[in-house]
Amino acid sequence: MSEIFTAAFWAEYGGILAEGLLDTLVMVVASTFFAYLIGLPMGVLSVLTQPHGICPKRTVNAVLGWVINIGRSFPFAILMVALFPFTKLVMGTRLGLRGAVLPLVVASAPFVARMVETSLSEVDAGVIEAAQSMGASTLQIVRKVYLPEAMPSLILGGSITLIAIVGYTAIAGMVGAGGLGDLAIRYGHQRHVPSVMWVTVIILIILVQVVQSVFSRLSVRIDKRLK
Amino acid sequence: MSESIIQIQHLTKNFGGGAGEVHALTDISLDIRQGEIFGIIGLSGAGKSTLVRCMNLLERPTSGTVLVDGKDMTALSEGELRLQRRKITMIFQSFNLLMQRTCLKNVCFPMEIAGVPKAQARKRAEELLELVGLQDKAGAYPAQLSGGQKQRVAVARALATDPKVLLCDEATSALDPTTTVSILELLKDLNAKLGVTVVVITHQMSVIEAICSRVAILDGGQVAELGPVQDIFSNPSTDAARRLVYPGGVSISQYPPSTRAIRISFNGGTAYQPLIASLAIDCGVKVNILGADTRNVGGKAIGTMLLGLPEDPGEAAKALSYIRAQPNVSAEEVEYHE
Repeated sequence: MSEIFTAAFWAEYGGILAEGLLDTLVMVVASTFFAYLIGLPMGVLSVLTQPHGICPKRTVNAVLGWVINIGRSFPFAILMVALFPFTKLVMGTRLGLRGAVLPLVVASAPFVARMVETSLSEVDAGVIEAAQSMGASTLQIVRKVYLPEAMPSLILGGSITLIAIVGYTAIAGMVGAGGLGDLAIRYGHQRHVPSVMWVTVIILIILVQVVQSVFSRLSVRIDKRLK
Repeated sequence: MSESIIQIQHLTKNFGGGAGEVHALTDISLDIRQGEIFGIIGLSGAGKSTLVRCMNLLERPTSGTVLVDGKDMTALSEGELRLQRRKITMIFQSFNLLMQRTCLKNVCFPMEIAGVPKAQARKRAEELLELVGLQDKAGAYPAQLSGGQKQRVAVARALATDPKVLLCDEATSALDPTTTVSILELLKDLNAKLGVTVVVITHQMSVIEAICSRVAILDGGQVAELGPVQDIFSNPSTDAARRLVYPGGVSISQYPPSTRAIRISFNGGTAYQPLIASLAIDCGVKVNILGADTRNVGGKAIGTMLLGLPEDPGEAAKALSYIRAQPNVSAEEVEYHE
């Protein structure tokens, strides 16, 4: 363990650790972006179509609920393997960053949808009713009421999503996706250099701490209910 | 007689279906006139909130028609309904302000929805905040305001689209008595200044008494009584009305039929004047307090009292004229029906 404080260790592994971190960050950011691109509208639609929503649609709501639940039922490792043929077809490869992003998005979009749904449900029904009473359309209510009013909560949800995806990337690393998870397995397990594994763990801990504190602070700062 | 602004004809609203069907409103017919302050009062569960939501069609009536400014609300398309709703705006018990927007932006909100250019909306919002006395709170967020201030912002917001009708759904029920009085004065003032028709939904008789010209009493989803406030107060002819009008729900039928009763209201005179005692001392007349519901609001007496007059007609007349001569006190004889 103590070798991690030596110059020789960093001369040998510094480069690949930096590369691994960068790969992880790229995977996390890209997957989160696409997960929100798909999950945010799903979550919004789910809130709007629920029985007491502003445009109740029983069938749409039920189908959406099923899709989200099925997506969330898959353990990520199994989902990734199950998606291999599909990933290869769409992305051209099932390996590396390209191969990892698609299953990460498929796994996180339903998660995002539920997070968004929970955040929007916290918006006071009276405020929605007030907007309706002024003649706001459904789209206006989403854009001008639901999303801005739920923003502090959406941001906290964002941090939870990001951290969950960091966890997924480590699993993705086990099946050839690259990133810190990949390093930990290859060096720590296969080549018996446990110090590399420990360094990746420390980096991941710092990453999670940073994400959580930045997002928590941002959420508090923008929340005008606390002023 | 002025024109109708809201006409409700044979309105019925049921919730649910089959065996669990709830009849919230049954065959309601009402005419609300342009420029008046109309009260709708009832106990909880009487259907007041449902009725007011049928006026702007937040609730769609099961049957019957609702005409607002000549247009049948039930026959409008979604788009037309949204336009019509700008003419009949609403304030709420819990204010329902957007918590992440400043007061100014809250007042701008309905104009954003209506597509009013930004600069113009901003200017109008500033005027409206001034109208409700909150020009210095333009940049504040709702969380920084008191209940009364929040309701003033909500009023300004409701007026942003120049509505013809302002619906007030228990607008003062979450406020303390002093703030209630100030919000009611604001509504009265706006009604006089802008000519906007005000519909007040409440469970408090004092609210109706303070600002309404006519009142409908709702009981079990039906209109129990409808008429000028003075008439209903002096002569409540249904149980529902009597429950609301008499302080503490006292019933005069428990007293001998010969009892002559008067209902007196304290409209904000000094609370330190012992009216009943001075009546006894100054006139030598003893009256019987049948029921009372009075409060001291910031040193002012607010509330009502039901008094039984002496059987002797001379003494009764003396007492009545003495009470009527007091400042800020009004008295009406209550008719008693077997």
